[in-house]
Amino acid sequence: MRIVPFIISAALTTGLVAVLNTPLSVGKTKTPRLGYFLSPQQGFWQNAEPENKSFDANIVVDGLQDKVEVLMDERLVPHIYANNDNDAYYTQGFLHAKFRLWQMEFQTYVAAGRLSEIVGPDRIATDRFFRRLGMLEGAEATMKKMANNPALQAAVTSYANGVNAYIKSLQPSQIPFEYKLLDYKPEAWTPIKTYLFLMFMSYDLTGRGTTTDLQMTNSKNYFGYEDFNKLYTNVQDSLDPIIPKGTVYEKASVAALAPATLDSLYFAKTGSVAPNGPEAPNKNNGSNNWAIAGSKTKSGKPILASDPHLGLNLPSLWYEVQITTPTHSTYGASFPGSPAVIIGFNDSIAWGVTNAGRDVLDYYDIKFKDSTMGEYWFNGAWQKSVIKEEIIKVKGQADSIDRVAVTALGPVMYDKSYNANGSDGKYLAVRWTAQDGSSGLQTFYELNRAKNFDDYMSAINHWTCPGQNFAFASVSGDIAIKQQGAFVARWNRQGDFIMPGQDSSYLWQGMIPASENPMMKNPERGFVSSANQMSTDSTYPYYLGAANAFPLYRGIIINKKLNAMFGVTPQDVQALQTNNDNIFAEMARPALFKFLNETRLNAEEKKYVDYLRNWNLRNDVNEKGASVFKAIWDSLEVAVWSDEFKNASLPLQWPDESTLLEQMLKDSVILFEDNVTTSNVKETMFDAVTAAIKKAMPQLAQMEKDGTLAWGAYKDTRVNHLLKIPSLSRLHLPIGGGVHIINATSANHGPSWRMVVHLVNGIEAYGVYPGGQNGNPGSKYYDTFIDSWAAGKYYRLLFLSKEAAKQNSQMKWRLTFTNS
Amino acid sequence: MKFIVAIFLHAFLAFAVGLYSQFPWWLFVGTSGIVAFFIMDSPAKSFFAGFLGVGALWAGLATGKDLANAHLLSSKVAQILPLGGSYIALIILTGFVGGLLGGFAALTGAFIRSKSTK
Repeated sequence: MRIVPFIISAALTTGLVAVLNTPLSVGKTKTPRLGYFLSPQQGFWQNAEPENKSFDANIVVDGLQDKVEVLMDERLVPHIYANNDNDAYYTQGFLHAKFRLWQMEFQTYVAAGRLSEIVGPDRIATDRFFRRLGMLEGAEATMKKMANNPALQAAVTSYANGVNAYIKSLQPSQIPFEYKLLDYKPEAWTPIKTYLFLMFMSYDLTGRGTTTDLQMTNSKNYFGYEDFNKLYTNVQDSLDPIIPKGTVYEKASVAALAPATLDSLYFAKTGSVAPNGPEAPNKNNGSNNWAIAGSKTKSGKPILASDPHLGLNLPSLWYEVQITTPTHSTYGASFPGSPAVIIGFNDSIAWGVTNAGRDVLDYYDIKFKDSTMGEYWFNGAWQKSVIKEEIIKVKGQADSIDRVAVTALGPVMYDKSYNANGSDGKYLAVRWTAQDGSSGLQTFYELNRAKNFDDYMSAINHWTCPGQNFAFASVSGDIAIKQQGAFVARWNRQGDFIMPGQDSSYLWQGMIPASENPMMKNPERGFVSSANQMSTDSTYPYYLGAANAFPLYRGIIINKKLNAMFGVTPQDVQALQTNNDNIFAEMARPALFKFLNETRLNAEEKKYVDYLRNWNLRNDVNEKGASVFKAIWDSLEVAVWSDEFKNASLPLQWPDESTLLEQMLKDSVILFEDNVTTSNVKETMFDAVTAAIKKAMPQLAQMEKDGTLAWGAYKDTRVNHLLKIPSLSRLHLPIGGGVHIINATSANHGPSWRMVVHLVNGIEAYGVYPGGQNGNPGSKYYDTFIDSWAAGKYYRLLFLSKEAAKQNSQMKWRLTFTNS
Repeated sequence: MKFIVAIFLHAFLAFAVGLYSQFPWWLFVGTSGIVAFFIMDSPAKSFFAGFLGVGALWAGLATGKDLANAHLLSSKVAQILPLGGSYIALIILTGFVGGLLGGFAALTGAFIRSKSTK
């Protein structure tokens, strides 16, 4: 034996194994364990799915009551045929896990404030945010409520058992790609994860207040309430509400009395706070839905359309599924992470949802005795708070421990240990309806089985958070819409700013009874619709929340178009859902020209103004005018607002587009049109428009030179992988649309599931989402639908009985599930 | 001949232990050491046998997976790693990493048996 060479060689080999078995730091990121990752028998190569893979399988599991048969169509949509409901949900859980395991677990890590556990210390602040917000407590409260509902509890448990049956069957080499990349392993699924996921959806749809309430407070403090109220006005002249203007409402049964100290403690300038959480949920998290009555359709049967606008991600938030059991047969988009269908239809009815946008989250300014936060002053006495200790596991580091004080006004979000610059050392407790838990899943469970209008009403009346507009249509010919949720009965402006938290006068005084929520059935006009606009006009007896939470323009154009449509077919509805008409520009262009003095422009600038003048007002992929309009409008906002806003030390939200536009359309004095940085000149709107055009010019000229002036290239839509890795994302998609447009596709946000259901006997339905059924980036089914989605094409959804499915040539694979 | 047999054994045993994905991916280091220990050859030849055996196995298996997958995943991974999106570079890298470990493992095994040439 050659000792020295042996030792050297052995050390080299060991060292090499160690290096190849360790994640290495490259810049801010870590590599995977390279040897493991490249190992063809264990690493990522195992996730390279053969193109001609057969999904046929006989799967033997524990915990089923009976045999389940699944037919998988050519788009990899499973059609589950089970002999009882629990077996169906078990199978749905198994299939969600088989195709989407990493995503469904990742989303619950985010929701539970456990992201640092898998990605490291960069995300500790995000984890603290979600834990302080009370995500886990909300999920636990939901779980407690479920105990009153054994059927639904069994469904969630069966679903979890199905997920776990898949995880158990998984060879280590077969775990999804992203686990290998980030180097961790799947853990067991539990019902609480389903509730955590639903909490995350609540956050995504109602959590903007965590940021905007602070920004609005800062704006109020900066401008003073009087100017604030003009800049962030609650008046929207052009509003076309969900429930038409002129509808008569009953008097409010719950009175919300404004506190006597309103002017001195609330509207006055108070302390400011800079937000410190993750990026706020997208303002455009919204949606369109509508239902057209038979009186306006060609067939005489209703047509329902729904397209939820959310962040566009891969793997997609949605997973198509058909669930057929002796109790019901339902098709639609489901959430990997939750049983049942979320937006879809059965053989009798169809439903779709849009976000209500109502304010259900408030901050209270708490006075603690000292920085230990053990006692706080409330209603004239020191009250004891509960301190909860959050232990955050951090990848590659020691645990991070967070102490959160919980008061009767909610858990404390901001305090001395969790704040940002300029927070004045305030303690802010956050009160949010989602913290109370919800039995919302019961709504979907019942909608999946609903036969008629009454079933729909009783299903949605369980719904608490996030408030939604539920559109409905039935084969029997009814259409309806209802805004449903647990909404706080508020006095005017209650909760728009941080509220004093030293006595009960600013607390929520009651919730609006479900029977008083805005609702409409079979209206004369022959359609119902919603697009996140304010649900009612100002005669509704409750305060809906600050108007800047409600997008204005999609609702206007949808109603305008629907009013003008007769003899409607599903194809017409598809065309409407993908329509790129820009109603905002239609209103804003004349306003711009009204304040334009063209003699002040040079030839180059006039050329672009001509693009704008000759534009067809459509945000189609190839329209240059759409880009010119957007660039000029954006720089007009800068010209008008930036001089006033730039001295604010804390983040403020700019006023809505509609605030500026509606002032330009009126012949009134325009707020802040004078540039305050010039002392001897009084600027007018004419100066602002000229300045805006001149300012936009270099950018426009550059884009024209680069060939990126066409709207599609300017907007540059992409569908990002959840980890934002470019090669796993789909970039530069050729699709029109945008903010304020029915086809609400912006850069990385938009229609996440488009569905059109024609309620004829047997149902004729179409759908598409920007993703694919298989979440594995190594599968050809990973992003299959994206090109069709971008092109505005739909798939005919196969909604078939088991017998018919077996005869159907589009069914490609068969999976059977049997008990061991 | 011994060299050829060694290459084959390196590849075969690495493949066999690799089938058990509950064990660490580097288990073949042991088998390659054992192969070199029993098939006596010069350290250099042992190294190359290990390198070629495991390297060819890894590159070969990767190529098989990649062809069936029409380079779909490899092209994406070759942008993450970063190899300019080249699936060929990724296969070569895979073979090289496996080969290098196989080679050093075999070298270590060979040194246990080899006599000093002094």
